[in-house]
Amino acid sequence: MNAMGSHNNTILQVEDLKKYFPIRRGFFQKITGWVRAVESVSFIIEKGKTLGLVGESGCGKTTVARLILKLLDADHGKILFNGLDITQLDEKEMKPLRKEIQIIFQDPYGSLNPRMTVGQSIAEGLKIAGIHSRAQQDQRLEKLLKMVGMSPASSDRYPHEFSGGQRQRIGIARALSVEPALIICDEPVSALDVSIQAQIINLLKDLQRQLELSYLFISHDLNVVGYLCDKVAVMYKGHIMEYAPADALFDHPIHPYTHLLLSAIPDADSSDTELMATADEASNTLNPPAGCSFQDRCPLAEERCQKGALEFIKAAPDHLVRCWKVTRNGTYSF
Amino acid sequence: MGDNDNKLLSVEELKVYFRSEDEVARAVDGVSFDVDREETVCLVGESGCGKTVTALSVMGLVPIPPGEIAGGQILFRDQNLLDLDDNQMQEVRGNQIGMVFQEPLTSLNPVFTIGDQIGEAIQIHQTAPQNEIIQRSQQLLKDVGIADPAQRLRDYPHQLSGGQRQRVMIAMALACDPELIIADEPTTALDVTVQAQILRLLETIQKERSMSVLYITHDLGVVSKVADRICVMYAGIIAEQGKKAAVLKTPKHPYTQALLASLPNREKRGKRLYSIPGTVPNPAYKPDGCPFHPRCRHAIQPCREQYPQMCDYEDGHHARCPVLFNE
Repeated sequence: MNAMGSHNNTILQVEDLKKYFPIRRGFFQKITGWVRAVESVSFIIEKGKTLGLVGESGCGKTTVARLILKLLDADHGKILFNGLDITQLDEKEMKPLRKEIQIIFQDPYGSLNPRMTVGQSIAEGLKIAGIHSRAQQDQRLEKLLKMVGMSPASSDRYPHEFSGGQRQRIGIARALSVEPALIICDEPVSALDVSIQAQIINLLKDLQRQLELSYLFISHDLNVVGYLCDKVAVMYKGHIMEYAPADALFDHPIHPYTHLLLSAIPDADSSDTELMATADEASNTLNPPAGCSFQDRCPLAEERCQKGALEFIKAAPDHLVRCWKVTRNGTYSF
Repeated sequence: MGDNDNKLLSVEELKVYFRSEDEVARAVDGVSFDVDREETVCLVGESGCGKTVTALSVMGLVPIPPGEIAGGQILFRDQNLLDLDDNQMQEVRGNQIGMVFQEPLTSLNPVFTIGDQIGEAIQIHQTAPQNEIIQRSQQLLKDVGIADPAQRLRDYPHQLSGGQRQRVMIAMALACDPELIIADEPTTALDVTVQAQILRLLETIQKERSMSVLYITHDLGVVSKVADRICVMYAGIIAEQGKKAAVLKTPKHPYTQALLASLPNREKRGKRLYSIPGTVPNPAYKPDGCPFHPRCRHAIQPCREQYPQMCDYEDGHHARCPVLFNE
């Protein structure tokens, strides 16, 4: 067991991941600055469990997803998938691993080819998985569609013939076609209506149990994350600010930013909670101040917050917080 | 619905249909509700339930054709807005009723500055010298909590963040001191923390200016923060309406009950979420009887044949479900 609490039940371990994007200006496209999209991100996903990655738009959540899928190359850090560091692999070595890690997008309509029938779209995955015979494909297709709660007849229809919830089911079937171990869910239910959202969430839970899937669940909706996730990482401007089991995070949030996020949840069950007074919205990640990236919005910011890089502090054995003000024994409270 | 002087807007049996060659989509199919002065009423429902079309009808913005007001009236200060011609409607729209839309970036013109656009909103209804308009625009931006308003007036929409743009939209809606603001999903595209700010801003402004707000949203969480009264819409009808606490705490329509049960949150962890089977019906092919009956777990034979009556509970709480009422 190391600092992040890794053991052989770990499917994915991300260590100190960094990704900067250059800003180019002028005729010669000179690099004039860097957007620090991901700066020091570490977490662990256990087999069959769900890690929630939450934060506001622009905090780097999706960049983390793209790094794990190796659609982007990391500038620094390790991504260990079943103990193997995939940042070091070239395209050829990566290929067999690609089917182990799949993604479900927010907008399934944008990610399905409108000119291919649902069956053709899903069969693409099957071919990659090495199932070439037509009969086998059809059999597997039927099974996949059944698994996501759709009739086998839908395989001859086109994406536009389906509703948003059905398209999301198709997106899930396509991700499952290559029998992945880890699925990255990038805001999979944010575009859906409440009644459909519940159907998809239940489906994701059922599939996880049946197939022992692990999820990285990226979302800005803390109600969904609180319902679905085992562990939660709260991200702000490229940093993980707090990392804890879901219960600990929601019951005893420590980082001021987590407090801010939780206080902003509109929750139909607790209609009397006050909206927390918040400072201005997040500024850009272009020229971050030294020290804590949250200092300009933090109600508790003080001088030492402007200095140096912050390390994680252990408030409890599995509760990590990036804030000066946390005491080592985790007695910190507001 | 009892008559009182406090009533600002009263929509009665409104029907809005959209015709195409071979079908009629009954988007709004007999909707009645009131908005009192200084009150916030939420129209809540899933996509396609007719909430936005209801709001557009109040503003006189339903495209006709293909749209068609098939019945009912919209009384604003005891005047039926449906009787007004375009010029008269123009007087009301923006002047007495302001509107805030969901996507501020698409409702702001990208080639004009913020100042031009707020100024335009004032000039359509009032004549004033240029420097006074600039001054009033600055004051409006200050009112909606934008720092350095003089500088921001020279900015273009793309130079502002999502939250700031929505503040500008609110400033434009406020430009002529309306009595009613219609806000159509004003925070849907925003982050939760920014959403909280915008909701608080709307609340403060409403109190300061004694305005009424008609809020259109699909988000029951937002509803629980802002509403005085709630109208739950489903397939073109109001399934249930009443005071916020009554509707959220003791829902009397199976649809409202199902919606609340299907919301994920921490307390339901480990339990299976209730999910409403099926999907929202196509407005052109709505089922007979109660439009919700194919998805309803309380449905009995009469639900398939008879259009359900509105049943009254205490304190202005109504639900269109006789089955639960008679239990």
